Amino acid sequence: MNGVHDMGGMDGFGKVEPESNEPMFHEEWESRVLAMVRAMGAAGAFNIDTSRFYRETLPPDVYLSSSYYKKWFLGLEEMLIEKGYLTREEVAAGHAIQPAKALMHGKFDLGQVERIMVRGKFARTAPAPAKFNIGDRVRARNIHPTTHTRLPRYVRGHVGVVELNHGCHVFPDSAAMELGENPQWLYTVVFEGSDLWGADGDPTSKVSIDAFEPYLDPA
Amino acid sequence: MSEHHHHHDHDHSELSETELRVRALETILTEKGYVEPAALDAIIQAYETKIGPHNGARVVAKAWTDPAFKTALLEDGSKAIGTLGHVSRVGDHLVVVENTPQRHNMVVCTLCSCYPWEMLGLPPVWYKAAPYRSRAVKDPRGVLADFDVTLPKDMEIRVWDSTAETRFLVLPMRPEGTEGWSEEQLAELVTRDSMIGTGFPKTPGAPS
Repeated sequence: MNGVHDMGGMDGFGKVEPESNEPMFHEEWESRVLAMVRAMGAAGAFNIDTSRFYRETLPPDVYLSSSYYKKWFLGLEEMLIEKGYLTREEVAAGHAIQPAKALMHGKFDLGQVERIMVRGKFARTAPAPAKFNIGDRVRARNIHPTTHTRLPRYVRGHVGVVELNHGCHVFPDSAAMELGENPQWLYTVVFEGSDLWGADGDPTSKVSIDAFEPYLDPA
Repeated sequence: MSEHHHHHDHDHSELSETELRVRALETILTEKGYVEPAALDAIIQAYETKIGPHNGARVVAKAWTDPAFKTALLEDGSKAIGTLGHVSRVGDHLVVVENTPQRHNMVVCTLCSCYPWEMLGLPPVWYKAAPYRSRAVKDPRGVLADFDVTLPKDMEIRVWDSTAETRFLVLPMRPEGTEGWSEEQLAELVTRDSMIGTGFPKTPGAPS
């Protein structure tokens, strides 16, 4: 979707402000939110792409004015309600009222912690040979789905060069909408800064994205 | 409501509202039998103790001292790091990109906050915030200026937008004046930002 989360190339957000000696969490509740997201995801309530989509679909003013973990919290709560794991009534009451919905991988308990400290695997068996080779010129498709996609707006319609082939991966556009993993070839595609931004870009810059095959046409 | 209580609520109204909502959610998830609170504590503890830029720093220092490891690292980051028993376990799809006198690399996630957690820990707020995510791809030198980093005018600057489940780690250039240093000494020079590409390693002898 063309949401405010797709920020690459936008102006007006001001300077980057690094914080020296930044703590890992600024508030204790942030750590609880992180843990709940990881735990419920690992228990099978949702996949990583679906959780990203719920953050992206927060109203734009909420997205822009909420802290990072506040967005995580709001996305988590809404997603768990919509997926039937809890109800608005329970959220208002602050207690369980309805029976639980079964989780695909069962309750998240202490024995599960170790396995989530290593990233999940996203590589899948290829259903077909790769369409593109390293060095091929490709054009990012001019697509504007209202559902989840990982093709940022700032590259759409532009021509780049395939630089790396990462193999076949879970396709976020399908997985986020719970339409299955639909594995697709994944490439690093590099664009000249001056192609993306014209005379307003930095001629010494190159920008790459990791693009799934359905995002690309031969150029 | 007592005056004291009222005052407290007023000062922390926004935070306490979020805090209450987060607590309520955890209560519901616990009561419904979805999560064990002790498992949530353990997740937090693991993030606080096991991951962090010290992991990335050891990988970088190893690459600076061991040419065969460096070659393997640039060829397949996940595989090469997997051979180092002392570094936290790394997931698949880690790509290590090398800074050279001709090219500087910088990593961003314009769409959300993708970041090599196992190598660098949880990302800092600025990495996840709009100013960095919006400008890194259009005006990377302007962003670097916010970090007091200046590159030679004709140096290529390469920005890696982490739009998939691949993760990127920058291998910075080894500082001059470190000939004969041990891996442990070198690791001390490797900063988090130097592995994101928004900084350089520390210089030997300079105040930290």
